Amino acid sequence: MIRLTVNGTPHEIAADAGTPLLWTLRDELGLTGTKFGCGVASCGACTVLLDGVPVRSCQTFVGDVDGAEVTTIEGARDAAAQAIRKAWAELEVPQCGYCQSGQIISAASLLRDTPKPTDEDIDAAMQGNLCRCATYARIRKAIHRASEIMEG
Amino acid sequence: MLDRMIANTAPSAPLSRRGFLKLSAGAAGGLMLGTALQPELARAQGADGVLATPFVHIRPDNTVVVIVKHLDKGQGSATGLATLVAEELDADAAQVTTEFAPANAELYANTLLGVQGTGGSTAMANSWQQYREAGATARAMLVAAAAEAWGVDPATITVSGGHISAGDRNASFGEMAEAAATQAVPESVTLKTPDQWVYIGKSFPRVDVARKTEGAVGMFGMDVRLENMAYAVSLRSPRFGGTLAGLDDAKARAMPGVIDIIRLPDRATVIAASTWQAIQARDALSAEWDFSNAETRGTEALRREYTALLDQKGIEHYSAEAPAAEAAQVIEADYFFPYLAHAPMEPLDVTVLFDGERATFWTGSQIQTLDHMIGAQVLGLDPAAVAVNTLWGGGSFGRRAIYDSHYVAEAAMVAKAWLAAHGQARPIKLVWTREDDVRGGYYRPMHMHRVRAGLDAEGKIAFWEQRLVGQSIVMGTSFEQYMVHDGVDASSVEGLGESSPYAIPGWTVDVHHPRVGVPVLWWRSVGHTHTAYVVETMMDELAEAAGADPVEFRLRHLADPRARAVLELAAEKAGEVPEGLTRGIAVHKSFGSYVAEVADVRMRADGTVKVERVTCGVDCGVPINPSNIVAQIEGGLGYGLSAILREEITMTDGQVDQSNFYDYTPLRIGDMPQVEVHIVRSSEAPTGIGEPGTPPIGPAVANAVRRATGIAVRELPFSRHGLA
Repeated sequence: MIRLTVNGTPHEIAADAGTPLLWTLRDELGLTGTKFGCGVASCGACTVLLDGVPVRSCQTFVGDVDGAEVTTIEGARDAAAQAIRKAWAELEVPQCGYCQSGQIISAASLLRDTPKPTDEDIDAAMQGNLCRCATYARIRKAIHRASEIMEG
Repeated sequence: MLDRMIANTAPSAPLSRRGFLKLSAGAAGGLMLGTALQPELARAQGADGVLATPFVHIRPDNTVVVIVKHLDKGQGSATGLATLVAEELDADAAQVTTEFAPANAELYANTLLGVQGTGGSTAMANSWQQYREAGATARAMLVAAAAEAWGVDPATITVSGGHISAGDRNASFGEMAEAAATQAVPESVTLKTPDQWVYIGKSFPRVDVARKTEGAVGMFGMDVRLENMAYAVSLRSPRFGGTLAGLDDAKARAMPGVIDIIRLPDRATVIAASTWQAIQARDALSAEWDFSNAETRGTEALRREYTALLDQKGIEHYSAEAPAAEAAQVIEADYFFPYLAHAPMEPLDVTVLFDGERATFWTGSQIQTLDHMIGAQVLGLDPAAVAVNTLWGGGSFGRRAIYDSHYVAEAAMVAKAWLAAHGQARPIKLVWTREDDVRGGYYRPMHMHRVRAGLDAEGKIAFWEQRLVGQSIVMGTSFEQYMVHDGVDASSVEGLGESSPYAIPGWTVDVHHPRVGVPVLWWRSVGHTHTAYVVETMMDELAEAAGADPVEFRLRHLADPRARAVLELAAEKAGEVPEGLTRGIAVHKSFGSYVAEVADVRMRADGTVKVERVTCGVDCGVPINPSNIVAQIEGGLGYGLSAILREEITMTDGQVDQSNFYDYTPLRIGDMPQVEVHIVRSSEAPTGIGEPGTPPIGPAVANAVRRATGIAVRELPFSRHGLA
């Protein structure tokens, strides 16, 4: 049995150790906010927090994370995540929205580490999150806006 | 067969409003009730949808539900249709929600396409009148109900922000909905004049943003979860057109979670207890393929064949009325455009439940009529026994609008085989992995163009001879009869000749449509992806040869005043070229809309291009939702920039070389320019916005790069030249 705490709730997982965390979250725990985009850590749609650090859940195997705390989009409720959500809504960032769970997890992590990011900081932190709708220009603006919101 | 299906489902004539509501009561099979005409059904329907017309439901809890006949895959159609209804209904934006319409071509056909479907950037254009009238009709019925209840003259009643009032009486929509449902449907309604608009041309909040910041729970087909659902992943031929000759599935069958393996003529599908187990077992299958009818040519071989065709006259498509003049200078160029994958972020998926008598599909359906009819046909069911539940699309860019509904058909075949083998219905979700998507075909067709253009002594174009070689998208499909004219696929030549805003003497276009076994499909802006690139880069080279400014040279040849206006707007707003940057410009008309883009680029030290800033002028008729127009131009040009920089699908001996986002490499945030969009306050009927931002970006950037480096990029993508 693999023990995982997901969004504050403890779970015991019977999956094979090589199962990607992505599929445990989605198919077993029913947390579909974390998206499948590529399966090879190339698109960032599956980004979650593992003990507070953003990781690609499609290349994180449950056998390697026994005892870890996982935060998905459904559970990301801290000040940074909420500021990002507010800015995302104000600037109407999402188009199709499929990549946005991953974008939001990555953007909130950036703000936790770098409360006043430059455009270059944003581009560096968000380079791993693909968006085929190319909402990138609004993502940049909305991260700056979220930074203002957090300053209050 | 498909031809007949389309013919049978196309509306024969526009319906009157009354006819429309009657039809909804009689023909909708209980899916949608025309309760205004059948109050007993309204009661039977219970608390839901007290006032219910095909396009608007008003519930007793005061919610206004706009029934969205289009797929929203990010382009904002749900918000657009909600805007139109809310405007004429005088609803408060906060009370408006949306639901996707069921597959029902009689009620929900795209009035420009004849089937229920979303494409060609027509969602607003075909709904502009229909959805405003729907809002106005519901409003009139609410007003009539209030007048009756209060014993006042309807003319004294005002409706604003979701409230109905007269003197000191007032009511919410929800309070008046039940009484409104018993009112006569008005024969005609008067729509607002533009000065009365409170949402159109101003703002209306996107209906989907909040949910899309919370994980979009329940929105996408990929996230469908049903009790006892099984997951399916297929192994398909590594070459297009191959069939399954032999299968060793012993290893896969022994793997955990595997429930069954279904063998179909051209694929094998693993059914498992989870997506991951299905993928693992699929990858463990060992198949033998029969390639006797498969495409075995690689892209280099195809390119040699296309190049040879450039020397031969093709099917004549266009010949300008104004004859060719004598040329003082001539420029000749060949262009190459690769196959492109759409690669929407949500890979293809569809969930199906089939019990032998009825079936339901859940998917981001883009041509509901075809998905419905083809799903029914494969299952051997009457379409009335089949429901298609449209979900939000996680991107599409054309990929979900499929003439053969191939992935719905695939799921139906799997469901049918499942039932035959197990005798018990079980919901099955068919998932394509990213590799399945990238290697799965239905690409933007590879094209080559040859242009020979002359300049006269005054610096005007004297003639323009253009030849195209590329697969037809629609030949051999149900769309052929509508889109192939005199042997030429209209979607391959759009933007040229008579559909171009330029008036060029001696413009001739001829076309070769070689037969290739690679499935091809419309890809955001379709033929304009290559025709605009050719016209607008050649225009720039001619301007330079004429010693003219690129904007001024274009204006010499642009007859269409709206095209001139967006070009001048974008050029003016772009202002001076910033220090260290180089500028390129392009203008194009597509899907009825005009877009000019000014690209300011910087060449990085490593020789690659960074597009720093793009300034756009846009005329899409009445700008219904300016924020969404800006979003679609940002996204449209981002999608086009992505393609020209690094995207290409190549094949070796018929096998696709790319497989995922590490070798099919779309735009990332570091390559995204700042974008400024300036919208013309037009009073023309609204036209497309989902696609028209895409065509001009490629040539605008190419023109800037040529100015900066001297390299004329005529073979895409830019990465082939070390420029990306």
